[in-house]
Amino acid sequence: MGLLNWARRRSPWLLHFNTGGCNACDIEVVAALTPRYDVERFGALLVGSPRHADIMIVTGAITRQVKRRLIIVYEQMPEPKFVVAIGNCCISGGVYRGAYNVQEGLDTVLPVSAYVYGCPPKPEAIVKAIFALQEKIKNLEKISALKKVNKG
Amino acid sequence: MSFNIPIGPQHPALKEPENFTFTVDGEYVVGVKVRIGYMHKGIEKLMESKNYIQNIPLVERICGICNVAHTLCYCQNIEYLHGKEIPRRAEFIRVIIEELNRIHSHLLWIGIVAHEVGFDTFFMYTWRDREVVMDLIELLTGNRVSTALNTIGGVRRNIDNDKAYRLKKGMEILERRTKYYKQIATAEPTLLTRLKGVGILTPKEAIKWSAVGPTLRASGIKSDVRADDPYAAHDEVPFNVITYDSCDVFGRLMVRIDETLESIDMVRHCLDHIPSGPIRIRLPNAPPKGESISRVEAPRGEDIHYVKSNGSDKPERYKVRAPTLGNLLSLIEMLTSKGEYVVHIADIPVVLAGIDPCMCCMDRSIKFIDLRKEKVWTWTWDRLKKYSKEVHEKSK
Repeated sequence: MGLLNWARRRSPWLLHFNTGGCNACDIEVVAALTPRYDVERFGALLVGSPRHADIMIVTGAITRQVKRRLIIVYEQMPEPKFVVAIGNCCISGGVYRGAYNVQEGLDTVLPVSAYVYGCPPKPEAIVKAIFALQEKIKNLEKISALKKVNKG
Repeated sequence: MSFNIPIGPQHPALKEPENFTFTVDGEYVVGVKVRIGYMHKGIEKLMESKNYIQNIPLVERICGICNVAHTLCYCQNIEYLHGKEIPRRAEFIRVIIEELNRIHSHLLWIGIVAHEVGFDTFFMYTWRDREVVMDLIELLTGNRVSTALNTIGGVRRNIDNDKAYRLKKGMEILERRTKYYKQIATAEPTLLTRLKGVGILTPKEAIKWSAVGPTLRASGIKSDVRADDPYAAHDEVPFNVITYDSCDVFGRLMVRIDETLESIDMVRHCLDHIPSGPIRIRLPNAPPKGESISRVEAPRGEDIHYVKSNGSDKPERYKVRAPTLGNLLSLIEMLTSKGEYVVHIADIPVVLAGIDPCMCCMDRSIKFIDLRKEKVWTWTWDRLKKYSKEVHEKSK
């Protein structure tokens, strides 16, 4: 485990991206950052620029106009990057499924690392997703370490 | 298929995709172009393919923050079509949940404005205390945000003595905290310098551009659907329509703080005077042929729903006008310098937040056009906020 990976696991910076949701998930994401839930105690921090972010939190149904811009923002993020889909609309289209302007799920657009169900999910669930992603990053380190051993 | 998009039953609030083009002359903003429609999902069209009961969850998700206002407006509208009165107890429960929703929305907004001017301690305070009202909403409805309490013909859950007791306890905490916020807002010099005289909207312009809700009331105009055209149990629940004459963002902040206090009193009054009886009547799935309009005072202003029924169990046409759309034109007015009134680039974030819309995540950039140098540049929202803080720190 290199120092870089350790730092990455302990300070996942978040980028919050609303793709056209109803705001319910957004206020729960912000609630997860405020004193009662306080996701910052796991080292997570909400940042504004995709170039600083490790994890993209996507909320809301993906509308046709947003889709292209979502991909641009995703491409601007540095590797390694993770995407969290928050809320039913983001996962599958949810209540808007079947509307002419809505994509059926985030995973038709981007690779998704974690799904948080709920309409909207509770802040606890969002905190848990971020925590689970940290575990995932930890396991990735193990895998890359194994690969190195095998190569060596 | 082409559509005239600018509306869409969407409700720009917290962090949403929207594009503004500002024309600036040096440091002053002289023109604004708003580009909306990123959030257009086609809810109105989708509603025509679902029946009236299936539409309730969909209407609820027009706006997640003021979801109660939308479901209330929708259910009322269908009840008007049926021409039926719902039980009185249900109407009182509707007012209680509506006012709880208003408290949560206003506290949220107070936090957002504090955040936009860089007063993050205040932001964290309001959001911490907002959890009290979120817990009460969860207690009443089973969910923190999407309440799903209103239904056609009444409400779905009753309030028993234990819940009423806990609601009153919660109201005590909220009242104490909101009074403290009022004290901060009127006494804290950093807040006052950033909010006073910023984003002026004169009463004449407010009427001309059809502003609604707290934005209109902060311009000194007494207009509130709850008082002008009472619905649900509002004809029995006393409250004051709050107005302020300062016409700026400070006025909008004070209107919202005072409205929160009013809402707390209204919840208490409802709990004391709630009649007993059934909470729901069963109505047939298909309302009779006809048209109907219903109005509700959402936290952000007047919400209007229109329905046209052809006698089947699905609406033939449904139209929603959410309050932020009404405030968008007056926003352009507030952000344009005229004569003595100048808008600095640094004040854009707080004026935008002042009407309680929400900015973009994806379209976070703002385009500037400098008239003198004929230069065009683009900033992200955060870059703008940083710039705003730098300017105000220098001027200290």
